[in-house]
Amino acid sequence: MAFQFNDEMKKQFEWLKQRYPTRQAVLLPALRLVEAQQGFVDEPSMEYVARELDLAPAFVNGVFTFYSHYRRKSDGEHVVWVCHTLPCALRGACKILEAFQEHLKLGVGETSADGKFTLKKAECLGSCTTHPVAQINEDYFENLTPEKVRDIVLALKNGEKPPHLSNGPSLEGGMKHWGPLADAYPEGK
Amino acid sequence: MIVKDFKPVLFDGAYVKGGWTLENYEKKGGYQAARKVLAMPRDPATNNIPAMIEEVKKSNLRGRGGAGFPTGMKWSFVDYKSKKNRYLAVNCDESEPGTCKDRVVVTYNPHMLIEGILICMHTCGIENGYVYIRGEFCVEFQHLVNAMAEAYKAGYLGKNVFGSGHTFHVTPHRGAGAYICGEETGLLSSLEGDRGYPKVKPPFPAVEGAWRSPTVVNNVQTLSSLPGIVNMGAEAWSKIGPERNSGSMVYCVSGHVNKPGLYEMPMHVTLKELIEEVCGGISDGLKAKAIIPGGSSMPVLRVDGKGYKASNGKDLTDDYNIRMDYDTLKNANTLLGSAAVIVMHEKTCMVSALYNLVRFYHHESCGQCTPCREGSGWLEKLVGRIYRGKGKPGDLETLLSVAGQMSGTTICLLADSVAMPVGAFVTKFREEFEHYVQHGKSMIADPIKL
Ligand SMILES: Cc1cc2nc3c(=O)[nH]c(=O)nc-3n(C[C@H](O)[C@H](O)[C@H](O)COP(=O)(O)O)c2cc1C
Ligand code: SF4
Ligand code: FES
Repeated sequence: MAFQFNDEMKKQFEWLKQRYPTRQAVLLPALRLVEAQQGFVDEPSMEYVARELDLAPAFVNGVFTFYSHYRRKSDGEHVVWVCHTLPCALRGACKILEAFQEHLKLGVGETSADGKFTLKKAECLGSCTTHPVAQINEDYFENLTPEKVRDIVLALKNGEKPPHLSNGPSLEGGMKHWGPLADAYPEGK
Repeated sequence: MIVKDFKPVLFDGAYVKGGWTLENYEKKGGYQAARKVLAMPRDPATNNIPAMIEEVKKSNLRGRGGAGFPTGMKWSFVDYKSKKNRYLAVNCDESEPGTCKDRVVVTYNPHMLIEGILICMHTCGIENGYVYIRGEFCVEFQHLVNAMAEAYKAGYLGKNVFGSGHTFHVTPHRGAGAYICGEETGLLSSLEGDRGYPKVKPPFPAVEGAWRSPTVVNNVQTLSSLPGIVNMGAEAWSKIGPERNSGSMVYCVSGHVNKPGLYEMPMHVTLKELIEEVCGGISDGLKAKAIIPGGSSMPVLRVDGKGYKASNGKDLTDDYNIRMDYDTLKNANTLLGSAAVIVMHEKTCMVSALYNLVRFYHHESCGQCTPCREGSGWLEKLVGRIYRGKGKPGDLETLLSVAGQMSGTTICLLADSVAMPVGAFVTKFREEFEHYVQHGKSMIADPIKL
């Protein structure tokens, strides 16, 4: 079936259109809404967004591929990004990557056969003082050790909430995207 | 204690769960500064507030995003004669390796940022602002959204804010994983819904930025400093820290220290004090060897001071006691940048550390300019070759020459961001590179892998 925004995403999409002077500017947020709805960005959804924003599908695809952080259709349910830039590397990012490889039984860039996990190397995740760091879906895992990695993978495999989540606040109630703003100020402009 | 009686401003309440609400912020006197500024009338000819721009100039606030450009001066360069709408773009891309301060402000103190944004927008006569927040920051983004929703509900954003008759709209914009979107014109391209390609300057964003309209681009920390400046007065603010290096700075200390973390203090602090006293010294009881003072693109310092000279031609024999402010570091041929201090102890292999950095910059080059796209690729290949023990005599000369040709010939400063560390690493730790080339292996036991 062709892709279409559901009611919630449609509401946010329409609200976002009020907030920018051009249609094109809504492109990056719109791809985030696609991702929020179906978990990934693919050809049909890009075509939908292109149509809604009066953009050429090839242009949308060109923009999409410039950015590394959107979820692809081929990505597993849990995308594991292990930072390996200098501050993390100085504090043993290599061992963290090895631990993920061992416990996930995956190489870098691979997705498990059951579609549960994808392992990727990340460049600096912007949490360098709590190194080494990895991101899994929306969450940050900081000050990692190989033991923590083992616990995290085990929990995820069992469908449980992983331990050792970021010391910071976690997402209560999950990602709501631009929803709270659209509700607080429905008129948009 | 090095800095007596200094109370953190930006990080006031940081790490306290639940402390980020509007109610809590107002209990601490939040939004009083914005109320004060929004009561000031704009000059009808220019639709800005010249007195406030002067005030910010007087405070000596410099941009905390990396370039250290005086904020008041930047605001005075806006093309106020243009008939087009003006925009504000807040830089929360935070991707320079080592830097992780904006994230904490946005999470724990989002209303301080929103208040700073209001002050900037009213002063410069701007109605629409965007906060460009890197895509990886999901929790941070949601925090900002929630705080902005609170502000809209309270009437602190939207129409007729504080009865000023003015409208202020701010929209959080999410990036999607591209370092180059931290560069101000790359950021604007991405905001417009395009690839994050930087654009040739001039025209500068202040004249022709987002949607070809005058645009102010400021870092999160820069804007979050504004309420403090208004509350205590520019004069008092300018007296915090050494002359012309005013206000509180957040040092992000990572790498081989016992207590890595974010430390807010005036810029009086020396590198040694920061490492030994604030951060509990070097880890594993070792000695410091190399320290990058301001984010990974800034030239590295050699702690024993050997191997290079200061800009006045003298040997720098005591780099460890250098004061961590903009001007002092500039005199030592490096830069404070984003104040991200990356510490490497004596058992760090400098060849592998540099390889990690050139790989990063090559990966993040947007590919528009030949010297940057090809140059960063060559540098990665060359340093990689040395790292794999296949270095040849003359490689170091080639490295320095390639790096030398990259500076100043490209659209944006990413090319310099890779050329600078290459130049500094190879010149200051030459003996280590030579040893690696000659023997096909590091003189340090355990080079960084990856
Ligand atoms: C390659 C490159 C990357 C940059 N990355 C960032 C960044 O992640 N965050 C940031 O605030 N500034 C970054 N900057 C600096 C911005 O271009 C710009 O100077 C800054 O946002 C201006 O704000 P300020 O004056 O408040 O510092 C970067 C610059 C370059 C050349
Ligand atoms: S210098 Fe590099 S990153 Fe900057 S515009 Fe040119 S190719 Fe892109
Ligand atoms: S280097 Fe890993 S988070 Fe910055």
